[in-house]
Amino acid sequence: MAYAESPEHPAGLWRNPDPRRTYDVVIVGAGGHGLATAYYLARNHGITNVAVLERGWLAGGNMARNTAIIRSNYLWDESAALYDHALRLWEGLSEELDYDILFSQRGVLNLAHSLQDVRDSVRRVEANRLQGVDAEWLTPEQVKEFCPVVNVSQDARYPVLGATLQRRAGIAKHDHVAWAYARAADALGVDLIQNCEVTGITVRGDRVTGVETSRGPIAAGRVALAAAGHSSLLAGMAGLRLPIQSHPLQALVSELLEPVHPCVVMSNAVHVYVSQAHKGELVLGAGVDQYNSYGQRGGFHVIRQQMAAALELFPAFARARVLRTWGGVVDVSPDASPIVGLTPVDGLYLNCGWGTGGFKATPGAGWVYAHTIAHDRPHPLNEPYTLERFTTGALIDEHGAAAVAH
Amino acid sequence: MQLIPCPWCGDRDEVEFHYGGQAHLVHPADPDALSDEEWAGYLFLRDNPKGWFEERWSHAAGCRRWFTVVRHTVTHEVRGSHRPGERVAVSAS
Ligand SMILES: Cc1cc2nc3c(=O)[nH]c(=O)nc-3n(C[C@H](O)[C@H](O)[C@H](O)COP(=O)(O)OP(=O)(O)OC[C@H]3O[C@@H](n4cnc5c(N)ncnc54)[C@H](O)[C@@H]3O)c2cc1C
Ligand SMILES: [Zn+2]
Repeated sequence: MAYAESPEHPAGLWRNPDPRRTYDVVIVGAGGHGLATAYYLARNHGITNVAVLERGWLAGGNMARNTAIIRSNYLWDESAALYDHALRLWEGLSEELDYDILFSQRGVLNLAHSLQDVRDSVRRVEANRLQGVDAEWLTPEQVKEFCPVVNVSQDARYPVLGATLQRRAGIAKHDHVAWAYARAADALGVDLIQNCEVTGITVRGDRVTGVETSRGPIAAGRVALAAAGHSSLLAGMAGLRLPIQSHPLQALVSELLEPVHPCVVMSNAVHVYVSQAHKGELVLGAGVDQYNSYGQRGGFHVIRQQMAAALELFPAFARARVLRTWGGVVDVSPDASPIVGLTPVDGLYLNCGWGTGGFKATPGAGWVYAHTIAHDRPHPLNEPYTLERFTTGALIDEHGAAAVAH
Repeated sequence: MQLIPCPWCGDRDEVEFHYGGQAHLVHPADPDALSDEEWAGYLFLRDNPKGWFEERWSHAAGCRRWFTVVRHTVTHEVRGSHRPGERVAVSAS
């Protein structure tokens, strides 16, 4: 495939305009979701008088911190439909944006370590097939064949009893994804404004009229939140209380190694997920730290647990050195599914609650959110993801179904 | 790693504790009288402040009792802890 040259550094990929005093749409947060939303607003709906406001630097939040796992093998129909829509967009994204995002469909294994894990996994494979999402069940021997570095010995503390495999799943280079969307949105006329913190949301009657920022007030007909871990604070500025809690989520990378790890391996039971980045680092993720935090860091014991779990599964990694660890702030909802849709305030829209797993959704989330903003009603794919579901009880309970992480 | 001050056992390592989220939530006195919105509020809506937070911890690997900690959600500094029913002098802001 031939793409235009993909520059190593983003400088010059977009303009850095000063904010204008008024826009049709203001998007709060220039993470992957905010940038994808701006791009699809312009491309799919012809709405280009748009600003994306970012308090820090472009895509420096969770977009820069995630372990880049992409898959669509969730249990519930609502989830599979949304994440698989995203996966189909991932499959064409490098061409669409004319920028190599290093999307690699190397396959994701979700390991099963107990009889109940096995039953849940097989159930999910069958559900995925009914949903048109590719899914296979592998025996321990087939796991070993697919990923030779995994320890499938029955003497392990939590032996591998099998795994689900989604071959279309994989990883992409998160920075490239953000820069590619940013460049494309900018080219369509969207203003990307960094170092511009939203400090207030102005509401007149039942309608949003704009935002207060560290660079002055900006009027807007529509305001769309895409602030991940900080959504509670922003919604609070408009008088809304969200069913969201902010938690630290950590990850780490090893030094560079020769290619040893051909796919992505996830284990919810021992709680680690591992892949090897294009350059060669092992990328390891964990579960959330249990307490609320906006500190963008967590406790060392979580890293220790995650490394212990990794060594159990990959004894060969015992001598690999940790290069760096970091944390992000993720927004967890009660049913571990996102909230994407309208709010009680006219013209104010919500995209949050993706928790530990929103990177994989980036193109799909942007697609349906842009539709929601453009038409003032949800796209069919995000219709179930309302704020009201916590009152009506129509939850999309992925927490109990596809387990937590990613 | 945070040191959590158990009011009974003193400062102990975070790994001994289980987190319980926002403190001072009271079960509705007359559940049948609640609207769906009020139930949703009781079940799902919690404060999520960036700053001081009064939250519950249980000393799961120690005395197994629940208590309240006043902790800052950015710096992770702890201002103090108290037993159920008590309020600390410096309250969360
Ligand atoms: C360690 C870690 C590992 C992860 N691994 C995976 C994974 O493997 N697969 C997966 O699918 N997901 C993963 N995730 C989750 C994923 O990163 C998030 O769900 C997703 O990035 C959230 O959407 P976003 O990209 O728009 O958020 P962000 O990139 O966090 O964007 C939100 C932006 O809003 C800005 N903002 C906040 N407040 C304001 C304000 N007041 N004014 C202006 N701007 C503001 C922030 O600075 C930030 O840039 C992981 C997350 C972490 C932290
Ligand atoms: Zn104790």
